[in-house]
Amino acid sequence: MRSHRLKILMVIVALAAVAIVVPNTGSFVILLVTRALAFSILVMSLDILLGYTGLASLGQAAYLGVGAYATAILATKYHFGLGWDFWLVLLIGILLGAALAAFFGLLAIRASGVYFLMITLALGQCVWGLAYRWNSLTGGDNGINLRERPKFGGIDLANELTFFFLVFAVFCASLALMYTLVRSPFGRSLAGIRERELRMQILGYNTWLHKYIAFIIAGAFGGLSGVLWAHTAGIVSPENVVLTTSVDALLMAVLGGAGTLVGGVIGTFIVFGLREFLSTLVPWWQYVLGVVYVATILYLPTGLMGIPERLRQKRAKPDNPDGAKKLASLHHAEKTT
Amino acid sequence: MNLNFWVIQTFNGISYGALLFLVGSGLSLIFGVMRIVNLSHGSYFMLGGYVALTVIWTTGSWLLAIPVAALTIAFLGLAMERIFLRQLGFDPLRQVLLTVGFAFLFQQAALDIWSGNNFDINPPAVLSQSIQIGGIFLPLYRAFMIAIALAIGLVLWLVMEKTQIGAQVRATVDDAQMARGVGIDTSRISMMIFSLGAFLAALGGVIGGAFLGIYPGLDFEMLPIAFAVVIIGGMGSLGGAAIGALIVGLADNFGKALFPEISYFTLYAPMALILAVKPTGLFGRE
Repeated sequence: MRSHRLKILMVIVALAAVAIVVPNTGSFVILLVTRALAFSILVMSLDILLGYTGLASLGQAAYLGVGAYATAILATKYHFGLGWDFWLVLLIGILLGAALAAFFGLLAIRASGVYFLMITLALGQCVWGLAYRWNSLTGGDNGINLRERPKFGGIDLANELTFFFLVFAVFCASLALMYTLVRSPFGRSLAGIRERELRMQILGYNTWLHKYIAFIIAGAFGGLSGVLWAHTAGIVSPENVVLTTSVDALLMAVLGGAGTLVGGVIGTFIVFGLREFLSTLVPWWQYVLGVVYVATILYLPTGLMGIPERLRQKRAKPDNPDGAKKLASLHHAEKTT
Repeated sequence: MNLNFWVIQTFNGISYGALLFLVGSGLSLIFGVMRIVNLSHGSYFMLGGYVALTVIWTTGSWLLAIPVAALTIAFLGLAMERIFLRQLGFDPLRQVLLTVGFAFLFQQAALDIWSGNNFDINPPAVLSQSIQIGGIFLPLYRAFMIAIALAIGLVLWLVMEKTQIGAQVRATVDDAQMARGVGIDTSRISMMIFSLGAFLAALGGVIGGAFLGIYPGLDFEMLPIAFAVVIIGGMGSLGGAAIGALIVGLADNFGKALFPEISYFTLYAPMALILAVKPTGLFGRE
């Protein structure tokens, strides 16, 4: 338990450092961190499915898309969500993400393994198809430009720093909520389903319902990240819901370490950082990204967050039962390969 | 919207389906034998087109470009399977991510080697003509595509149904563990099927490059369509891939012509529904 408190403390210190350091940097870094924070909510939502429930979704971008498009359409067509009603839009984004997931989940949750991958890919492509072709609603290939950010009270989100703090606050709240969720009895049963679904069924758990609810919660957070993303990027386009965005999110979660929440955030920051910094330095930055992905999958199946665990295991017998269990499940995964 | 419209659209749909068959049949076999969701399959299609372009630029021969491109990519697929995928054994998620990591690498390599321009692969003048049937002009090239797909389909079918290798492949699709048990070298089968899939995808890239063009991003455009073919038809079944390709080709063509605003939706929604109701596809084996 002591190491567990230590971990929470480390995360809080890291967050505090971000809140202190980032405002004192240039607008380039502020913008980059804001983008990464908004996107990492999506990655964490995917981690609930991937890392805690054992469901690898290839269509998570759909939920970001539905939140982002709702925000953009409401703002440009109805001038809604640019004042105090921004908070209402935030809620609408969450509800739309959850509603879409509730609908898609009915189709997808029955499937498992590779079939779940495929069906979420198909569902994600449905959303992409609509975004790409439904010109009158979505602006088609060009997408929708958001010309202004919300302004309420004395707060003007057009200010990069103010907006950063808003995204940061929502991010922290999301992290805390998702963390509470995965530590709750519900989250524990999800992990049980991930490890051995049949056993959970025999124990009397309704595993379908557990997975379905997890899917809806992930969708809700996806919608939330979409609302933030729309205002962060200032443009919503089919690019946001295309297959590669879903794949990106999946890779970020795996790179950082699935089943850790924080790992997904680290993965997101590394990928966004590599993209923004490296692309200005060298033309071949995408090779670096590709190699990082391939190397992670080949040599670090537990991601960056799994490194300390691996080192500890190399040094001595695992004395931490939690770590031992994790490694055992890792070995289990390797054996079944 | 007269009869001509329907005839031409149907013809276009079928010929597009012929192209999709080339891409989808390989993907379907790969999935059937190895249970791998190969996200670099679209890259093989694109790279096939690019390699063909290089061959055409250096030798001027379109006919030569077809086998060279297909074999080059087949070898690429073989290397990828042997060196990387092999290590992972059966772990769907890691396989998927590995193939997508390679897809990103291929994308960047293609951008570096062939630039970001759009290219067309121009077939010989003989094939660029139109033939007139009953007052309707039909491009000969599309008829050629149908012929190629039929020929490839026939060869594949003969190999799968009439040879020992084919029987081993079918046995591996049905039950890999049992196949190993009776002494079939499933590792060798996997290698063969993976490079065959890459070969067919690259072939599709060369042939399809004439009317789709070859450009960056083609890889991830083709990929989900290929999956739609595989899923609607059923994974691991050749006949399924043929019917799936035909359905997707027609649905795509008529969707775009009749309901442009929801055209992709009409393609992927049935795919999702089929997966939900019968995950093995319309013609897949249980």
